[in-house]
This record gives sequence, C-alpha cells and structure tokens, in this order.
Amino acid sequence: MKFASQLVQYDAAPGDRYRPTATPIYQTATFEQEQADRFGDFDYSRSGNPTRKVLEELMAKLEGGQRGFAFASGMAAITAVTRTLRAGDEILADSDLYGGTCRLFTRVLERSGITARYADAGELASFAAKITPPTRIIYAESPTNPLLRVLDLRALAELAHANNALLVVDNSLMSPYLQRPLELGADIVLHSATKFLCGHADVTGGIVVVNDAKLADDIAFLQNAEGNALAPFDCFLLQRGLKTLKLRVDAQQRNAQAIAEFLAADPRVDRVFYPGLARQLGSQLLQGQASGAGSVLSFTARSVEAAKAIAENAKMFQICVSFGSIHSTISLPGCMSHASVPPEIAATRELPPELVRISVGIEDSDDLIADLDQALASASCEQAEKLESPNFDVDRNFV
Amino acid sequence: MVSSHDIATLAIHGGRTLDSHASSLIFPLYQTGTFVHDAVGVDRGFSYSRVSNPTVNALESAIGALEGTPPAVCFRTGLAAESTLFFSVLKAGDHAILSKVLYGGTIRLFREILEPFGVTASFVDTSEAANVEAAIRPETRLVFVESPGNPILTLTDIAAVAEITKRHWLLLAVDNTFLTPVLQRPLELGADISVLSTTKYIDGHNATVGGSLATHNAELAERFRLIRKTLGSIQAPFEAWLTLQGIKTLPARLRLHCENAQRIAEWLEAHPAVARVYYPGLASFPQRELAQRQQRAPGGMVSFELDAPYETAIAVLNSVQLCSRAESLGGLETLITHPASTTHADLGIETRARLGISEGLIRISVGLESPADIIADLAQAFAAAGCAARAQGAANEIR
Repeated sequence: MKFASQLVQYDAAPGDRYRPTATPIYQTATFEQEQADRFGDFDYSRSGNPTRKVLEELMAKLEGGQRGFAFASGMAAITAVTRTLRAGDEILADSDLYGGTCRLFTRVLERSGITARYADAGELASFAAKITPPTRIIYAESPTNPLLRVLDLRALAELAHANNALLVVDNSLMSPYLQRPLELGADIVLHSATKFLCGHADVTGGIVVVNDAKLADDIAFLQNAEGNALAPFDCFLLQRGLKTLKLRVDAQQRNAQAIAEFLAADPRVDRVFYPGLARQLGSQLLQGQASGAGSVLSFTARSVEAAKAIAENAKMFQICVSFGSIHSTISLPGCMSHASVPPEIAATRELPPELVRISVGIEDSDDLIADLDQALASASCEQAEKLESPNFDVDRNFV
Repeated sequence: MVSSHDIATLAIHGGRTLDSHASSLIFPLYQTGTFVHDAVGVDRGFSYSRVSNPTVNALESAIGALEGTPPAVCFRTGLAAESTLFFSVLKAGDHAILSKVLYGGTIRLFREILEPFGVTASFVDTSEAANVEAAIRPETRLVFVESPGNPILTLTDIAAVAEITKRHWLLLAVDNTFLTPVLQRPLELGADISVLSTTKYIDGHNATVGGSLATHNAELAERFRLIRKTLGSIQAPFEAWLTLQGIKTLPARLRLHCENAQRIAEWLEAHPAVARVYYPGLASFPQRELAQRQQRAPGGMVSFELDAPYETAIAVLNSVQLCSRAESLGGLETLITHPASTTHADLGIETRARLGISEGLIRISVGLESPADIIADLAQAFAAAGCAARAQGAANEIR
C-alpha cells in the first residue's frame, strides 16, 4: 500500500466487536483480569492501552519500523531514548539542534554522568573525529531546525554502526511522508508529534519508532517504568490528525515553495534557508533521501530589530513556538525555540539573532505572500525610524 | 447485572452489562460516527451513531439498571427526551394533561412547538389527582407529571394519578429529575414512562447535558428509538461517557445532598427574613405525608420566599459569594436561582402568580460543600441585601 493509503486504510479497532471506523477512546486507568493470576492484553493504561496501541502500530508502519511508542511529548520521547544510556556513555550530536533537546542533553543528562558533545554533522570527517569509545548515540535532525541544513543520514548511519553506536534521528520537521530515516539506516526515529503528525496544534505528544526487537523491548520497558506514555484522548486526536497528513503536507509544501521563492527574490531579505530552492546547499542531498523539502523555512532579516518588526507586523503568521500546524506561524528562534540552548553551546553554533523562522500553513499562498510583503515593508520603515535609538534590544523574555 | 442488587451497587455496575473486548474496567468512549459492515446489510449491531452507539448504549444500560427497566433511551438533552416523548405518542388532534407546576422549558415546548402542530394541552393542578380525571377528554393520550414540581416542590400522588390513567387507558409519564430513581420509583408507582434530565443529579458534576426515557413497555421504547433516530436527538458519545462516570456516585451523592439540604432548610425556616420554606423534609411542608409515602428522601432542592420584594431577592442573589448564580441543579456546586427572572421568566408575572411562584422566591440546589459554609454565605448575602437587618427590626417591634 502506498503511503497515502496507509494513513487511512488500517483496522481502527482490531478485535473490536462493533467495528467502529474511528478507534474507541479507552479512557480507563485499569482493565479487568479474567483470572487472578492471568492478565489479558491490557492490565493498566500506563503499561498499555488499546487506543494507544492502534496509534503505536500505525506509526511503526508509517516509519517502516518494527515497533512504535507514543509519549506524552516530544521531549518525553527523546528522554526515553536517552534512558537507554548509562553513566559514562556519550552522545555526539549535530550542532544545529532544537533548543529543548540541547537543554536535555546538557543540563539534565550530564547529572547522570552522560556527556553530550556537538559538532557539525555536515562535515563528516571532522564529525567522525569527535567519536570516542564511549559514544553510544549519534543524534541528528535533518533538515536541521532552524537553519534547514541537510545532513547525509545514510552516511551518518554508516558512521554510527562502524563505531558501535546508534543513529537517532528527530524526524519532526519532515514526517514519515517525506522522509523515513529507518529506511536510510537509522536505528531510532523520533518525533515531536505535536508538529506535523498532529497538524492541528491541539495535541502535545511524542513518537519513537525502532527497528530492532531488543531495542523495542527496552523502550517498552522504559515507557512503562517511567510512565510517560501518551494519554488515550490525545492518541485519538493524533490518529485523527494523521489521516490528513499527506493532504496537509502537500498543501503546506506548495505554499512554502512559493514563499521561499518570493523571499529569495526580495532585496529586504538577506538569506533564505529552504532546501526546496534549487541553488541551496543540500538540495541535491535532500532529493536523495527525502521526497520533499517540507514547509518550515527561515531567513535572515537586515537586523535583529527588523526581524522582530517582521514577526510583529505579520498578521497571518501567529507568533508562536512549535511548527507544522495548518496555521502559519512565525518565530525568532534566537529568543524563542532556541533560547534554551546553553550559552556555551550557543557560542559554538551558527544561530544568527536576526533569523526569522516561519512554518507555513494551509492558507492561500497569495494571502501569505501579501502579508509577508507588508510585514517586510513595515519592518523597513520601523527600522529607518529606529536607527536613532541604538540601544534597542530584543525582548529576552519572549516565550 | 442482577436487578435484585441494591441501587448503590447498580449505580456502579449497571453500565457494565456491555463489556468491551479489551476488558477495560471503564467502558470505552466510541467517538466514532459510523461502523464498518461485515457484508452488505450485515453489521454488528451498530451502524451509525445517530441511531445507536456502544457508549450511549452503556449509559442506557446503567440508567435502565437504576430504573429497574430494560435499557433506557438517552437523548442529547432533557428537553430532547421530552420532545421525543411527545412526538412519539402525540399527534395532531391529541390532547395531553400536564402538571401546572412544571419546568418552564416543558411549558414552552408545548406552547411554541406542539400546540402549533395541533396538539392541545391542559395544565392542571395535579397535586389533586381528581383534577387529572376531570381534565380527561376523548382525545387525551398522555398525562405528564413533574413531582416534586419545579420550583416550589409541589408533589403529585403518582400512584393515585396512575390509577386514573390506567382506568382511562392513558399513558403516564413522570419527570423524576429532582429525585432520580434512587429516591423515587415512578414506574413502581404505576407510571408508564420515567423521564430524566441527566444533566442534573444523574451526571451530578455539571459537566454534561442529557436526558433519558425509561419504560417497561418494549413497544414504546422501540418507538422512542425510532423517533430519536428520525429527529436525530441521541446523546453524544463523550457526554454519555462522562455521565456514565458520574452515575456511579449517584446514591452516595444524593445521601449528602439530602443531608445538606435538610440543614439549610432548617436554618432558613428559623431565619426572620424568610417568610416560607418549601422542603419536603420539614414538618411544615404541606404534603409531608405524601413525601414520606412516595419518596425515599426529601431531595436536595430547597425553595424559599423572602419576606421582601423582587429587588431584595435579586440583591440576595447578587451578594452570594460561595453559591453560584446559575441555572440547572443537581451538581456538586450549590446553585442559587431566582425563578421569576430565569427559569420561569417566559411565563409572565400573572402565570407565575397562578402557579404560586412569587417574585421573591429563591431556589437553591444544595451542593456538597460543607453546609456550614453554605449557610454562612447565605447569611452574609441576606445581610448585604439588607433583609436581615430589616427583619431584625421587625422582630424588635413585635417584642
């Protein structure tokens, strides 16, 4: 079955006596045992829940993996994966990483004696040189957030396996519709399901899919042991959202391409980062491992002040963190989604403060472009006025 | 479920007659519009959620267990239950007899919808059963009684009315919303149909709106389902699911509602600013003997008249701090209403006067807060509205 069919054609309620078309919401904490010493398929919703099981099996299939797991958030999913490590182990991560992941690796895992190190995974030779004997996980997003750098996932998988490590890929920006990292050799793919998988910004959730039975057992053990599984009602909403994943991503991507082309031709914009633009570094690489460039893109304004003015003057782009929903959103990663990057790490990575990230929704592309056009125009005017006040500072408490 | 079980047991286990395949302790929420057919014309008992839904069925079993009947028929609201009842048994040219003291929405349903369709109605004082017999015409089909009546808790002798309706081959429906089958058994007293607004004590948490009809008459129940399907007035799965959880504590809640209501009624009766208290648990209640014969307990609703005009009643309502000014009743929170300006406002002052609903009447749905706190709130509201002081003055004059 092709991907679009897989999103819709599955048994919504395996074994259910009434054959509903939508999966029942098992809003229950516990399950009856038929016998005192024997459990059925389910005993307690932290361990397993029928609504969650349908979602987890669907996600495993969509990512081309053996088993899927749904967590209460993307960070809970990432945390579960890092729980497979022990003190002394190391993570080698690409340097352009979501701020929350960076915070987990640096501020939390280091307390457990796990070291995270960062390097540009786009420079394979120097990245490989950073691998040490205790390196157990190579961690990457591709395309990266927010600079949309494309990493060679096949090469990273080979590198990981040659060094007895696992490749973990955060696929939130692409979704399995556009990219399936397990098929490229990754060992674990994970998602903030809050983004494209849900698509409607009404669920906070995370997904982990693995391709190895032993690893699956470990994640299942951790999901139950730590109690971070996704709630039944959220599982239902996520399944509902997934049914239109292809439709949404197709529409969003079409809009994003038009907007990227508009921005690339606009003199008020400095640089545009979107691998769907043919001349972008990484666009060739992307074509070899993904079927589209997605709908998140970023660009640098002429100054921090201008970036802030663009975000505030855009009317159809809501200022918010997160991405991937059917609503267009705009953010300044430097002071929003990536403000949690520890300063010592931030100093080593390229994150221009005048960077503006937009997540393109399913609105009409003409409307979106007209809105960005007027936001850029207002920003230019404001900037001209503010040239006389050089102490203007970005509000650091933006989120 | 064994119908000989005590009602406290039935409340918890009555909805579990339909077990799901996963042995979930809590019946699942079938949030689905439609069901898959095994073959053309072959379904597994469910086809479309406007017709029936497993979660709604579970609620119907639970209410049926309480009523001592086969599964009840559940509706989107209490009024949807009533309108389905009326459209099921009345046609143009037919006549119905209703209690004079009646929920305003039922009266409006007749005046605005049924009467223009050619159904006529007589509103009689059913507290005298003989009045029912006197109102019977050749075209009379249905007698609809509310006991206790809203808002002054006028009782109707259900057994006496049932004796009349049986003799004349009429259907008797009793709105048992104020007491529920836990405190009053209309069907055992001879009624044909028990009507509930499940919004009230059945749910008990002010979280849903809903209604139900229960009957021993299988043909009639089938008719209700047919008309419900035709009108599209079925309960929603999520509302049914929430109601199912609420129903489990119904007997326990009602015990406490009655205990608190008794305390508050006694306090009100002793208060100099209160002219009259309507509560079947007071010795002063005019139909006390009937209440003791017909009801298992006096219930959680208390009405009283201030020795003060309309404005003072409004001032008392505007001064409460703990009690909430809200329509509806039967929930955990104490709600206070002024029938003349809310539930019975549509009737006009003359009709209200005829029904004994004075302009200073206040109705309290006594909640499960500490009765001392509810009393303290009423006392301060009386004082703030100036009625305590004036009453004190009046008392002094008498001395």
